[in-house]
Amino acid sequence: MTLRLRIGHRFPGFQVTASFEAPPSGITGLFGPSGSGKTTVINAIAGLLRPDEGAIELDDRVLLDRATGIDVPARRRRIGYVFQDARLFPHLSVHSNLLYGWRRSPVRLPQHEIDGVIEMLGIAHLLERKPHRLSGGEKGRVSLGRALLSNPDLLLLDEPLAALDTARRHEILPYLERLKAEARVPMVYVSHSIEEITRLADMLVVMNGGRSVVSGPVAEIMSRLDLFPLTGRFEAGAVVDCRVEAHDARHGMTSLLFEGGRFLVPRLAAEPGHALRARIRARDVIVATEEPRGLSANNVLPAIVREIRRDQDPFAEIALDCGGTSLVARITQLSLDRLGLAPGTSVYAIVKALNVETRGSLPAPRRAGGESA
Amino acid sequence: MLTDAEWEALVLSFKISTVAVLCALPLAVLVAALLARGRFPGRSLLDGIVLMPLVLPPVVVGYLLLVTFGTRAPLGAWLHETFGWRFVFSWTGAALAAAIVTFPFQVRAIRLAIEAIDRDISAAAETLGAGPVDRFFSIVLPLALPGVVAGAITAFAASLGEFGAIITFVSNVPGETRTLPLAIYTAIQSPGGEAQAARLAAISIGLALAGLLLAELAAKRLEHMIGR
Repeated sequence: MTLRLRIGHRFPGFQVTASFEAPPSGITGLFGPSGSGKTTVINAIAGLLRPDEGAIELDDRVLLDRATGIDVPARRRRIGYVFQDARLFPHLSVHSNLLYGWRRSPVRLPQHEIDGVIEMLGIAHLLERKPHRLSGGEKGRVSLGRALLSNPDLLLLDEPLAALDTARRHEILPYLERLKAEARVPMVYVSHSIEEITRLADMLVVMNGGRSVVSGPVAEIMSRLDLFPLTGRFEAGAVVDCRVEAHDARHGMTSLLFEGGRFLVPRLAAEPGHALRARIRARDVIVATEEPRGLSANNVLPAIVREIRRDQDPFAEIALDCGGTSLVARITQLSLDRLGLAPGTSVYAIVKALNVETRGSLPAPRRAGGESA
Repeated sequence: MLTDAEWEALVLSFKISTVAVLCALPLAVLVAALLARGRFPGRSLLDGIVLMPLVLPPVVVGYLLLVTFGTRAPLGAWLHETFGWRFVFSWTGAALAAAIVTFPFQVRAIRLAIEAIDRDISAAAETLGAGPVDRFFSIVLPLALPGVVAGAITAFAASLGEFGAIITFVSNVPGETRTLPLAIYTAIQSPGGEAQAARLAAISIGLALAGLLLAELAAKRLEHMIGR
């Protein structure tokens, strides 16, 4: 299901223009600060807002075309929507909430799929409850299940974690990852948190001031220095896709292979061969012009300086080519000048093992003692 | 304790009020929904017409009914000849009068209840495949139920007390249109009827109080039932 979108909409004092194409599977992240027009865009996709101009297509289905006057009503678009505030129906039990969209879907999912979703989301024990007796995290999961059971062609998620505290967040993120892994339905995921986006999304659309500034694969966008002001200086960093190579039982470490090298991280509960994504924040990368010795850090990677961008002083960002994989380092301009770095300089990128954030490290569900040796 | 005539008035009042409220209820829900959620020309006018009986003297409502549904009025004559319906001097006419006078109570309570429902909930239902009518019956009406019930009970209590419109339109016929207030009026007019008037007035006060309390209680219970 490829989503093609090009819309323009004028609010009093604010204009939204967006255009992008989302791939037929996986998660497309719609990222931008609050008030950048993200919700307008997904409301337009869902059919809850009619933009002044533009067109939206899902594969060969035209959902909206202001030029020809086509505007498929929201209820016929077959697009699931998980709202930030869950929006469960307060007068219905969790079970009735879950089946609300299922009953109205043109192609009803079979019973075993219903059971599968309920089991995957871990909400089987909540079915008889009313929404007001659910915690925030439980509401989020029920809302996700309700949208999934309507058997949508595309799933929209509007900051599903924003209203939750950290603990509740970790109650939902693994389910989103599992959903993604099962490739059940393509998703558009709206968030202002770069951490969530890089953890989940494959493709990224960056919104700013009402415009979609750029779109492309997550790793590519995140290593572009010119986008650093938008991707968030402090939290920004490269995204590296890797694969579990092996576990070192003696030291409790796991090695991860990526194009151009290997990372060592504290042991992950994932089988060798398992695909993971590491996020390496630019501020967690140290640059050395000589191979350092006697260093506690485990990850020292030879690299070439590809690009330098002086930010607001005193900082600068450096894009590094590490055997075909992009890393980004954030250092002071003082260090930059002291080391005499320039594009083409050979350096060593030092990444502390602890700073390699991995994703998909959800302990395998319902498998007693599933730790792999 | 009560005489046969007093019992008759009491039972008649209940009959007339029940029919008045139940017949007006579906229309009240429709009008309340239109006023709460509809965007159409003439909305303010509809709002005004619906609320009018609140400020109009009931005797004027009775008069208007008389000139519309009286047997010599064109509509009244036609209804009488075609269907054999006659409102004047009949308890059905009393119910019609009571329904019109208490209509604003129903509409206002239901409208407030509908307006209090988060529109975002409806939007969520829309993304799940529910059309406007489906959403009204599956989401809006159940959530507005406390308001519907409270409105109906308030209208019922008010209807028990309707005097002006009924006496003007259908007169004061014992056993047919002589409801509780009309019986009180008759008692006051009769020599030595003070004791009877006092008894009936006490019943009226009791019923009005019970109605209001019941409306409040029912709304609370339902709010709890629908989980809010």
